[in-house]
Amino acid sequence: MIRLTDVHKAFGSNRVLRGVNLHVPKGTSMVIIGGSGTGKSVALKCVLGLVTPDAGLIEVDGKDVRSGDRDAFLARFGMLFQGGALFDSLPVWQNVAFRLMRGALKRPKAEAREIAIEKLRRVGLKPDVADKLPAELSGGMQKRVGLARAIAAEPEIIFFDEPTTGLDPIMAGVINELIREIVTEMGATAMTITHDMSSVRAIADNVAMLHEGVIKWTGPVAQMDASGDPYVDQFIHGRAEGPIEAVR
Amino acid sequence: MRLLAPIGRLGRATLALLAAIGRLAIFTAQTISHLVRPPFYPREFGNALMQIGYFSLPVVGLTALFTGGALALQIYAGGSRFSAEAVVPQIVAIGMVRELGPVLVGLMIAARVTSSIAAEIATMKVTEQIDALVTLSTHPMKYLTLPRVLAATLVMPLLVGVGDVIGIYGGFLVGTERLGFNATTYLKNTADFLEMRDIVSSLAKGAVFGFIAALMGCYYGMNSARGAMGVGRATKGSVVAAAILILAANFILTEAFFSA
Repeated sequence: MIRLTDVHKAFGSNRVLRGVNLHVPKGTSMVIIGGSGTGKSVALKCVLGLVTPDAGLIEVDGKDVRSGDRDAFLARFGMLFQGGALFDSLPVWQNVAFRLMRGALKRPKAEAREIAIEKLRRVGLKPDVADKLPAELSGGMQKRVGLARAIAAEPEIIFFDEPTTGLDPIMAGVINELIREIVTEMGATAMTITHDMSSVRAIADNVAMLHEGVIKWTGPVAQMDASGDPYVDQFIHGRAEGPIEAVR
Repeated sequence: MRLLAPIGRLGRATLALLAAIGRLAIFTAQTISHLVRPPFYPREFGNALMQIGYFSLPVVGLTALFTGGALALQIYAGGSRFSAEAVVPQIVAIGMVRELGPVLVGLMIAARVTSSIAAEIATMKVTEQIDALVTLSTHPMKYLTLPRVLAATLVMPLLVGVGDVIGIYGGFLVGTERLGFNATTYLKNTADFLEMRDIVSSLAKGAVFGFIAALMGCYYGMNSARGAMGVGRATKGSVVAAAILILAANFILTEAFFSA
């Protein structure tokens, strides 16, 4: 469904992506792992068109992501940002229903609010949260609101950028379970980037290891522990010694 | 080679300046082009009108009131050196309407509104809210920039008009309560001396200054670097750029309206 072929991206002299090749089949959950600054977020943003690759091809359903109606393309996606990226000036329910209150998917206000409250309930938040401002919520609750916003329009493809960063282990576990449940019940294709190994094991069908701008290894999560790849081994066991330099 | 180094630096600085002007010109053209391309966000426009217009009234009113009063005192003191104290109403009126009203309101809006727009949009950029807008099929220029620029352009003439009236009233208060002018004569002299051209130039300056103030806030916010330092730099840069451009535009508009 999503295919990246020889994707390159540099920021000045910093070559972040140096030929990424990756395939995410429809209805599967791909988790990209790798150290900080290895280009995981850039790869995700290249697919969405938030960052323009310097070279290479990115296809969704066999179509180049740069061609066709951009609004229709983006309407297929939902995204949970690392910090939530909730709009400070809007109450929670309007954040969740943002896409449902404007553009092609616009619904009457009452219906949009109803859907927002239903999605909030789906991620374990009570309806009384709906009228609060994002700043009034804890980090974990903001992540859940971000998750509710990502699934509000029932997208075919959902991206999760560091979904558990900054959360305590219990809340991280809750978010991981929610993501797994939602992706399964919606039948969505998911791409997640993380360096939290508990997230990887909870969310992934397939795993890809990104290092120095290229995919070093990819395969089913069940084979990850026995991958035999020194980069994957070092990363999943959190060893300081190995092919990945500890100081980058 | 060392002798050529300053020339190289000058060349790089010139290129950087031209690139910055080019980026600003493209940003301005994109903003204007969104005026005629739907979708539009009336709710955002309404919010911007309230924030830029209504909530700026106190600062505009106080600035104009004190400036008008101080202007009356200065003209009276200066005019008394050559027995021209009687021209206080006329000079206060022309000074406020032609120059001080639009310029001071423009600068106060640059301080209050430009900084606020730049800080808000820069923070949105740093916290990935701008990226989130894009993924939610909403163009940031349409949703953030156009409503603010349009609102500032439309509401600034009103603010300048209010500032002009309050400034003249400040002069009137000082003139009648402190300097002993007759209230009726003061008002008559003010009304008789002002021309339609003075008022039109004042309101036109307001529209241009409003456009500049909001545009600079949006431009610096959208192009902010990461982190708290990036937001701070964007905010500072936007206010400085807006203030300088407002003063430069004031000179050009004054030349255009009154050079003949």
